[in-house]
Amino acid sequence: IMILTPQERAPQVPEDTKKVPLMMRVKGFLVDESAAIGQLVTIQTMTKRLITGKLVTINPKYEHDFGEPVPELITIGMELRDFLTGGEDE
Amino acid sequence: MTKDNSYTAVMARRVEIMKKAVGIDYEKFIIKGFAFDYEKMMREVGYSIEEVRKIQAETCVGNTPLVELKNINKLIKKLAPAGKGARIFLKDEAVNPSGSFKDRRAAISVYHAQKLGYKGVIAATSGNYGAAVASQAAKRGLKCIIVQECYDSQWRGQPEILEKGRACEAYGAEVVQLTVGPELFYYTLLLLEETGYFNASLYSPYAIAGIETLGYEIAEQMKELTGRFPDAVVVTHAGGGLITGTARGLKKAGATQTKIIGASVDLRGLHMASDSDFNKKYFTTGHTGFGIPFAVFPDRSDVPKNAARPLRYMDKYVLVTQGEVFYVTEMLAQLEGLQRGPAGNTSLTAAIALALEMYEDQTIVVNETEYTGAGKLPAAQLTFARKMGMIIKRGDPIKEDKPGQVIVIPEHPSQIRYIEYPIEEMKKSYIKELIKHEARNNFTKEEMEFLKEDLRATEEEINEWIKAVSFWK
Repeated sequence: IMILTPQERAPQVPEDTKKVPLMMRVKGFLVDESAAIGQLVTIQTMTKRLITGKLVTINPKYEHDFGEPVPELITIGMELRDFLTGGEDE
Repeated sequence: MTKDNSYTAVMARRVEIMKKAVGIDYEKFIIKGFAFDYEKMMREVGYSIEEVRKIQAETCVGNTPLVELKNINKLIKKLAPAGKGARIFLKDEAVNPSGSFKDRRAAISVYHAQKLGYKGVIAATSGNYGAAVASQAAKRGLKCIIVQECYDSQWRGQPEILEKGRACEAYGAEVVQLTVGPELFYYTLLLLEETGYFNASLYSPYAIAGIETLGYEIAEQMKELTGRFPDAVVVTHAGGGLITGTARGLKKAGATQTKIIGASVDLRGLHMASDSDFNKKYFTTGHTGFGIPFAVFPDRSDVPKNAARPLRYMDKYVLVTQGEVFYVTEMLAQLEGLQRGPAGNTSLTAAIALALEMYEDQTIVVNETEYTGAGKLPAAQLTFARKMGMIIKRGDPIKEDKPGQVIVIPEHPSQIRYIEYPIEEMKKSYIKELIKHEARNNFTKEEMEFLKEDLRATEEEINEWIKAVSFWK
């Protein structure tokens, strides 16, 4: 849902932000029986508010994860233990 | 008649909306001009330590363990010059119900909302506070809406904020996710008006009273463990609430000599409201983007008078880099067996650097930890950083770190150091902001008295700063 068009944005926002609208996403349950992506739909949110906007995803999943192994991080533990023990276990 | 919901019209109604949504008549505390009676406000609308403890105990908040970091302390002894190397103790706030000290704040705000008969609570936050409010609202049977600044204009979400959104939803809250911009506040006002819910602001006297128990517990626990109060407490500094509440709690427990040190991640140069800078930050809180503006102009918050006033309490302010905090997060997990969240470890990073210059018979307390996991782990943040084009390398962070470009993970623990940000600079900036907002540089006697308290400064110092920042001398 578009909350503010670029023209309606607050005067203090920096130039790059002023070029784009303020947008919002909210999850909820579809009020009508059927709908398709891209359609204007009404949903009921967890606090039972009714909101109308464009349907962008159905049953969205959480996509954030634990990340990939980061070479710059994975040896830190070993290095610190070696520093503490003076590398005695080798 | 339909209401005018344009940005300017809603912002013009802010005082009226806030009065209904916080239940505080801030006018009562105004002395003259910008001067207001801070202590009276804290007394009249806040809760006493005893009341706060009772309320928090009802929802399993507080009374968290305080533990000495013995292996890290061994490492510090190895690095420190003879006679130096203070012992670090850690307050494990991650064991609170939603995984951070923010439960202390939320516990009192939500309790108060329920007492006043509100049907629900709203909080504008991208941080752990959202999960805390959602958790407390669940416990007290109130509805809850959390408003997050979450995405850039390409719908790229910050992993840590997405995780916090997930946590809020797990507690049954409605999560409203917005793209970058300070108009988050505007939309929150609209929601408050629409729903009639309580504004569980991070900056109300209730929220700050909730943190006082943290400082109080630290004083008590350190006394029991070491026989005396700590020499220093290091606090991750963002909006100023944690430092204000902790310091007030310590003082109430009698620890008046303990130094209060603020620590933030150095993200200077990145604009907080910039669409393109938004995903170049790999800390979503505890950084200079909040730390400096909120210290130098506390009343920029979502309430008319901010109860978080860090310059009243902060004795020293230090900055550390993103890479150092990621390194220390690994250290905490692998040497102490404590896997804890990234932002909370900002103060631990600073504490290690400070411990090296303090004496070996001194103690230093890190006042928080937070939960971690998907989105929040250093690996999650650095994977995201790499996708956003950041250079990630091992090296000397103090020399090579460039916020928004290069993240430098130390090669050796001796590279954990801090950058001092002079408190006096912040006080000067405070005066500068004030002159800008008031459009005048002559203050009344009452205002001067207020400034002396708010800045812990003498009239001469304040006059010096006014002169220094005024264009027309």
